[in-house]
Amino acid sequence: MLSLWLNVLASGILLGLVYGLVALGLTIIFGVMRVVNFAHGEMVVFGVYIGYWAVRLWNVPIIVAAAIAAVVMFFFGYLLEALIVKRFVNRPHHYQFIVFIGLSLLFSGVLLVAFGPDPRPTASQLSFRTVSLGFVTLDLARLQAAITAGVLIALLGAYLRFSSFGRALRAAADNRLGGLVVGLNIPRVYAVTFGIGAACAGVAGALISPLFDAQPYLAVDFTLLAFVTVIVGGLGSFSGALLGGLVIGVAEAIAALMFAPSMKTALPYALLIIILIFRPRGFFGAKEI
Amino acid sequence: MKRWLAGAMVFIVLTLVGLFADPYFISLMTIVLLFAFLGQSWNLMLGIGGQLSIGHALFVGLGAYSVGVLYVKFGISPWIGLSLGMIIAGSVGAILAWLSFRFEVRGIYFALLTIAAAEFARIMFGGWEFVGAMQGLFFPAPTGAIEFSMLRGGAGFYYFVALALAALGIIGTELISRSYLGYVWRAMRDDEPAARALGVRTFRHKILVISVSAAAAAAGGGILGLVQGAIFPDSIMGMGLSVDVLIGPVVGGLGTTFGPLIGSLAAIPLNHLMSAIGDSLRIPGLNNITYGIVLILVVWLLPDGIWPAIARLCKAIQAPSRVWLPHLRKAEE
Repeated sequence: MLSLWLNVLASGILLGLVYGLVALGLTIIFGVMRVVNFAHGEMVVFGVYIGYWAVRLWNVPIIVAAAIAAVVMFFFGYLLEALIVKRFVNRPHHYQFIVFIGLSLLFSGVLLVAFGPDPRPTASQLSFRTVSLGFVTLDLARLQAAITAGVLIALLGAYLRFSSFGRALRAAADNRLGGLVVGLNIPRVYAVTFGIGAACAGVAGALISPLFDAQPYLAVDFTLLAFVTVIVGGLGSFSGALLGGLVIGVAEAIAALMFAPSMKTALPYALLIIILIFRPRGFFGAKEI
Repeated sequence: MKRWLAGAMVFIVLTLVGLFADPYFISLMTIVLLFAFLGQSWNLMLGIGGQLSIGHALFVGLGAYSVGVLYVKFGISPWIGLSLGMIIAGSVGAILAWLSFRFEVRGIYFALLTIAAAEFARIMFGGWEFVGAMQGLFFPAPTGAIEFSMLRGGAGFYYFVALALAALGIIGTELISRSYLGYVWRAMRDDEPAARALGVRTFRHKILVISVSAAAAAAGGGILGLVQGAIFPDSIMGMGLSVDVLIGPVVGGLGTTFGPLIGSLAAIPLNHLMSAIGDSLRIPGLNNITYGIVLILVVWLLPDGIWPAIARLCKAIQAPSRVWLPHLRKAEE
């Protein structure tokens, strides 16, 4: 019984790290630009498809697929910001939200047109291999995804903290006008921020491609999951996103064990409602990145 | 006066459509009118009250399920179901608003709370065997005979129900926006601290506007369920419906009285056309692409929607006569 619980807990933590990476993308974009990327789930699904095709066509390891996803999605996000999102950054929130709903409809439509509605299983050999560590047995795909996500989160955190661009980004998040006054190239900072956010989503998508079937309809679930994760931790907070990811991952895993499958999907929302009611700004407040 | 006249003309045309158009067009227009009404309720909340909801499907679904459960399971008239649904949705809206505004959860956070509540309800209804779970709740097939006390009839009957609802929505919005409440709500939308400084109890008014909007959405949802003949949690409470509800007012013009109707008239037939083209070419998702592009372009190029643009155009056409009128009067003297 204990080992069952440990296993569930471990797999929850592992998936939680990947959720954390997805949420990090959303939270960085919100923290710096104050826009909520409603199309985040679509970007995760882009990543899943990149992972699927990379493994399918070239039979590369998942890590390489994740690297491809990172590069592709970074440029995608950069261009999306520079071409479209930039025009709406100073508009009222509800207009931004509607634009992003439009983008999310557009992307999900493109995914449907390009790949069709049928799920494509990425079942590689990796999906069936496991590692045993005494009490707990972990499946290799999950472990690999979690380690990669964890390393990336740490690297990104270090980059934001210590590099000069990271400082510029944090300054822009803190005070846009102040950043402009001291001569920051705010449009570029915004575009790179959006690129980083999209890359986080894409990499997370590629990492989980052995675990989930590639399917356009996944996008809505991922968008909502990312929202829940980010709000649990506090919109705009770096450590909050990570913590939120772990909380949601573990909660989902425990719910899958204790309740009916349909309850498992309801639990994050119940958690979100409770948190919004009692700690509306999440565990970590806002602003800090 | 001119506005009422124009409105009356539109409704005479729509009545004639209901009497003489072919069945496919009538069923399409029924949906257009219903979504015009649902959009009206959403518009009341954002366009006048200043609160963004992206989970309006929650209220629509509550209305639909109240009507459906009472009618299908107990044979109780949809009129009672509609009233009950409006009470339930109004209370749920009030509770949500109270919970979030109590802690100053607003703007984006409130919008996210509405999504979370709608998704939570969708999953709950999807797992609730009594209301049909994911398999849905089916109304008995219409006999074609019109039963007003049970709100049952053919497609033509529902067209006029939808038309009446849309007319009620427009008249209601117009009356509300001209009343004390309308001024208070708009003041609150534009500048909440200023409204509060003038003695407006914004907390209560926010709860009130959300509650009224939710109750109206539930009424629309009840009729939508009857029109569709079946209720599925994924389609009546899903994100997709919330998005469909807001497209009309956004395209037509936020906060305007005629915006939701104009927007629905433009957007929903376009959506149907695109999905028909997509089906015949075997390209699913074409309608999503069109909707997405339309939303982005409207916010980009016409942030006030198409109705204010049309209204400006009408004014520009009428302007010369107004300029000339005093001259003519002088000439008569």
